[in-house]
Amino acid sequence: LTTGLLGLATALVFFYAPVDEDGLNQKIFYFHVPIALTAYACFGFGALKAFLHLWKRGPRADLESYVAIHQGVIFGAMTLVTGSLWAKVRWTHWWVWGDQQLVLFLVLFLFYCAYFMLRFSVEPGPQRANLCAVYALFGVVLIPVSFLAIRLAQSYIHPTVFTSSGPQMAGSQFATFCVALAAMLSLAYFLYRFELASKRLDAELKELREHLA
Amino acid sequence: VTAEEKYVAAAYLVVFLFLLVYVVIMAAKLSRLGREVSELAALARKRRGSDGRVSETEREEVEVG
Repeated sequence: LTTGLLGLATALVFFYAPVDEDGLNQKIFYFHVPIALTAYACFGFGALKAFLHLWKRGPRADLESYVAIHQGVIFGAMTLVTGSLWAKVRWTHWWVWGDQQLVLFLVLFLFYCAYFMLRFSVEPGPQRANLCAVYALFGVVLIPVSFLAIRLAQSYIHPTVFTSSGPQMAGSQFATFCVALAAMLSLAYFLYRFELASKRLDAELKELREHLA
Repeated sequence: VTAEEKYVAAAYLVVFLFLLVYVVIMAAKLSRLGREVSELAALARKRRGSDGRVSETEREEVEVG
């Protein structure tokens, strides 16, 4: 399903969606924005799992939160790289420090990069799980701030496509965007399940090795 | 090829490169896990074999029928 959606999204981007007045560089939008939204979704899901860990003390929630945040960091890195490429062709700069959206996304990304430093500097156990869960919950506050910054800012250069009056694009462009978003969410979910399964297998093998030793 | 086309191609290539690197890392990890499973299975077989010999010597005779 994920491979099919990715292939369909790529085909729609290059053969169906029209080139608008911004030029060919607008094609980056179809992957850049869904990747950024997927990164937000992963961070949000990681925070939700962190909250469930603190609330219900589920034995699996800590690992699920960690894997979701790891996926968020991967998608966040892709957002920053594709965004920089788009900025270079659109604004002739790799990075614009004056744009709140860019800087806040970078802050969010670095905040969750620091999550791994925290996680790997504490011995595994309940204390580490609790510390990581609290940290992940603090980070989720940055998501709406980052998302709303562009809409609240008085002056900005970052394009705003989704406004209170709906998406500012043609129907074919919006359909392509929706397929690309579905492809990215599907990809993130597949990678999440895949990594989670490998982490669980790793933990079970470690336990088995200790029993057999 | 214009500069704009190069940047668009680069943006899409970056995404696929990220995914490729991720898949390679996960494949390497799965390969390591596979090796560990084989090692543990061999260890378990060895242990079962030694346990089996002990249990045969300790087996008691019982009447049948």
